[in-house]
Amino acid sequence: MTAVLTDRPAPPSTARIALARTALELRLFGRERQQVVFAFAYPVVMMVIFASVLGDEERPGDIPFAQYFLAGIAATGIMLISFQAVGTAIATEREAGQLERLQVLGTPPAAYFAGKAGLVLVSVAAQLALLLPVARYGFDVPMPVDLAHWLTFGWVAALGALAGTVLGVAVSALPGSASSTTTAVSAFAIVLQFFSGVFFGFLELPGWMQQLSALLPLKWLTQGMRSAFLPEQAGAFEVAGGWEHGRTALVLVAWVIIGTVICVRTFRWRRAEG
Amino acid sequence: MTSTQLAPPATPTGTAPAVAVRGLGKSYGGRPVLDGLDLEVRRGECFALLGPNGAGKTTTIEVLEGVRRRDAGEVLVLGEDPAVAGRDWRARIGVVSQGEGAGQELSVRETLDHFAHYTATPRPTAELLAAVGLTEQAGTRVGRLSGGQRRRLAVALGVQGDPELVFLDEPTTGMDPAARRQFWQLVRDLRAGGTTVLLTTHYLDEAAELADRVGVVAGGRLVEVAAPAELGAELRRVATVRWREDGGWREVRTETPSLVLRDLLAAAPHEVPGLSVTRPGLEDVYLQLVGATQQGDPR
Repeated sequence: MTAVLTDRPAPPSTARIALARTALELRLFGRERQQVVFAFAYPVVMMVIFASVLGDEERPGDIPFAQYFLAGIAATGIMLISFQAVGTAIATEREAGQLERLQVLGTPPAAYFAGKAGLVLVSVAAQLALLLPVARYGFDVPMPVDLAHWLTFGWVAALGALAGTVLGVAVSALPGSASSTTTAVSAFAIVLQFFSGVFFGFLELPGWMQQLSALLPLKWLTQGMRSAFLPEQAGAFEVAGGWEHGRTALVLVAWVIIGTVICVRTFRWRRAEG
Repeated sequence: MTSTQLAPPATPTGTAPAVAVRGLGKSYGGRPVLDGLDLEVRRGECFALLGPNGAGKTTTIEVLEGVRRRDAGEVLVLGEDPAVAGRDWRARIGVVSQGEGAGQELSVRETLDHFAHYTATPRPTAELLAAVGLTEQAGTRVGRLSGGQRRRLAVALGVQGDPELVFLDEPTTGMDPAARRQFWQLVRDLRAGGTTVLLTTHYLDEAAELADRVGVVAGGRLVEVAAPAELGAELRRVATVRWREDGGWREVRTETPSLVLRDLLAAAPHEVPGLSVTRPGLEDVYLQLVGATQQGDPR
């Protein structure tokens, strides 16, 4: 019997696998039409419906409704693509046994997460690239006025997408079947939109709703988006009388950290042991 | 290869067993599934774990693959404890699992090309496709494959990284007879190439066909290990002598059927009606081994 030599080259780096995962996620995303339609169409359809029906209304500070709503629906789109899509995708892949294969290959979890994050970043960029022109040319919503406002838009979107992604990974560890996870995540996402001032002006919400949503990321993501799209003086009509960029960044970063800790502690490749 | 050549291992890998298990125990919710299982798989052999459903075969394999924790016992796979072994160790084992590849919407070739990124030593995709007989289906989406074709893709993925030891958990379940034969050839080729193979099955013919040695698992233990032809040698020594007498059947179970016959024939005035001497076949032996344990007696 021949002795099998064990001197193999080291396994590929986490970065190389992360790159392959990102390419795979994008390819699969493009082929799963339902997902594409849902992710891209929802914010645009909502924008068209709400701006058409309520186009004549104004928000405090003489802000046209469409302008106020764009900030909220852009934030919602980011949450759906990151939190909701990632959470349900991981639960589904786990149930199909795809993650078992990754486990036996010794895939670093970080490489798997990086693939999800890569997909989220690309699809968030694509979704915004579709939504903003619709708002600009369909409903005369002004775009961020200068580079500083575009930068605000950029960091708020990136931090929001990152927080949503890690929280999506975290929520995928919930016990139960993939379909029950999907239902729970979707229901939570819908309620959160109403609580966070996406559809109504945040100041019109009851106090307890404001306080509850202030603990969660979507409210801050929405407020950050308003600070990029709305004129400076509109900040006076926020709860704190200003845009609170510092606090926005702090809350979003805190959620990234909390989500990461939950991921590290709860992520599993397989369903719970029977 | 690249500059990451490792120093030769301290123990010669050709002589140490590929798998060494002592006293393996595992319970689910207080119900013991494995209860002191011992197992040794030699380098280069094909070893079949044979047993009925629920005997603990899959749990054993999963512990060896390092994807399930054990409650008790010592386990060494390729010289390392699977519970703590790292990526370098994983690169040396191959797992043929029941789960699907990377997605229903990916083609067979795309799936193999994708997973080639996870290993430093990927076998060429075209070679893998040919080896498992999926060349014609290379462009087919995984979601459209038949059950047997999926299993073959799983095999291709399991051996993609050129492993030293391959785990096959009930690999031919759901395959039609032709696919099964083709798969058997695949396992023989692997073994001929020096790869150690550990497979589980509940098909006797499969174990007899492929394995150098068969281990029968029942009640969470290994109750017998032998070459397929010698399985249950003790049980097979017992022959049954049967004949008709006074309008009914008489039956004697004995290890010395010749002596029984001599006495029988000497006492008979003429032809003994319905006389037969039978020894248990492989299947009878297996059922006895498994049945005895299910009644709480390991022999």
